[in-house]
Amino acid sequence: MAEMDTSSGGGHKKGTGVKKSKKMSTRVDLTPMVDLGFLLITFFIFTTTMSLPTTMNLFLPKDTDKPEEQNKIKDNSALTILLSKDNNVFYYEGMLDNSNVSQNFKSSNFGSGEDGIRQVILRKKASTDEKDFMVVIKPSDECTYKNVVDILDEMTIDVVKRYAMVDISEVELQLIKATEAAAGNASN
Amino acid sequence: MARAKLPRKSTHIDMTAMCDVAFLLLAFFILTTKFKPAEAVSVTVPSSVSDKAAPESDVVLITIDKDGKVFLSMDNEEKKEYVANTLENEKGIKFNVQEFKKAQFIGVSFSKLPEFLAIPPEQRKGDNMPGIPCKDSTNNEMKEWLRIIKSAYMGQKMNLLVKGDNASKYPSFKNVISAFKYNDLLKFQIITNPVNVPIGSELYKQAKAGLAVKKDG
Repeated sequence: MAEMDTSSGGGHKKGTGVKKSKKMSTRVDLTPMVDLGFLLITFFIFTTTMSLPTTMNLFLPKDTDKPEEQNKIKDNSALTILLSKDNNVFYYEGMLDNSNVSQNFKSSNFGSGEDGIRQVILRKKASTDEKDFMVVIKPSDECTYKNVVDILDEMTIDVVKRYAMVDISEVELQLIKATEAAAGNASN
Repeated sequence: MARAKLPRKSTHIDMTAMCDVAFLLLAFFILTTKFKPAEAVSVTVPSSVSDKAAPESDVVLITIDKDGKVFLSMDNEEKKEYVANTLENEKGIKFNVQEFKKAQFIGVSFSKLPEFLAIPPEQRKGDNMPGIPCKDSTNNEMKEWLRIIKSAYMGQKMNLLVKGDNASKYPSFKNVISAFKYNDLLKFQIITNPVNVPIGSELYKQAKAGLAVKKDG
């Protein structure tokens, strides 16, 4: 096979016994090359991220002090969502006053379960007149940027047309604190 | 008696074609892969269902890192030069304009700007920088930056982007927004990671309905 013919014994010896040099195959075993090729392909497929970052557009309302330019929300048709620490979400419907705090102020989460915020929004949306429906988002100082973006995204997912981001009030902060303290005691 | 002999077939397969395809794919992936440029400020962005691609030119990017520090970067060098000159005239700070134009991001207050630009670019890491002060209304330099940038982009489209870290707290985002509002920049975009619309949600139904309508028409 692949060895040199060293037994020629002088070039002049010719005749019937001339050895025909064996024709060697030109085929090369490509298996290792293919192996390597596919290895590199898998590497590049896994390291390539085809997805470019996307953006979410957000329009801010202009701050105004004139009451006639401010949008008024109708009682009962609004849903107020409060964002707190550790991905906690609280919500209430309509207005919050002393008489109905205990029934109206409820807690929720970012899950997609029955008590998740998505179901809460959908339930409220179904039970109110579409043109009056409004979601008010009040992030507290302890919630994260992710929470805010998630809830804004939730507005897109649930096709809520009117929503606003508003600063949280002291009363609501107290309520969140009280509720979280109560939940903490209950779990201990 | 002659028995028909089956010729012994070789088990070798011609792999040339396969090899061709493999290397074609390989060449494609090598050429299309762009390695992510090492970012001075590392940020994990939240995800959203939005599918609009981020703009690539005339970008004014505000980055909020995980500690709530705020950084500013721009891509248009002409505008940067304008901003630098305005800053020098208004604030009376002397700094290296060329270095400012090359700077990937700005992460210090106005008074520290000359020192910041004196640091070699590869050593400017977001972790070591204090960020642009925008804590409250008394010392919100973001407002100043945005005012100057806005005048630089006068009459032209500018893409205001916010890129925040998942773990950053809301107040720093709020401060950035209030700086936007102060300058009447009421339209901005949040950079997110795309995710699929949850199946069964309102948007999903709407998108499906929209598709169905399109098919009919």
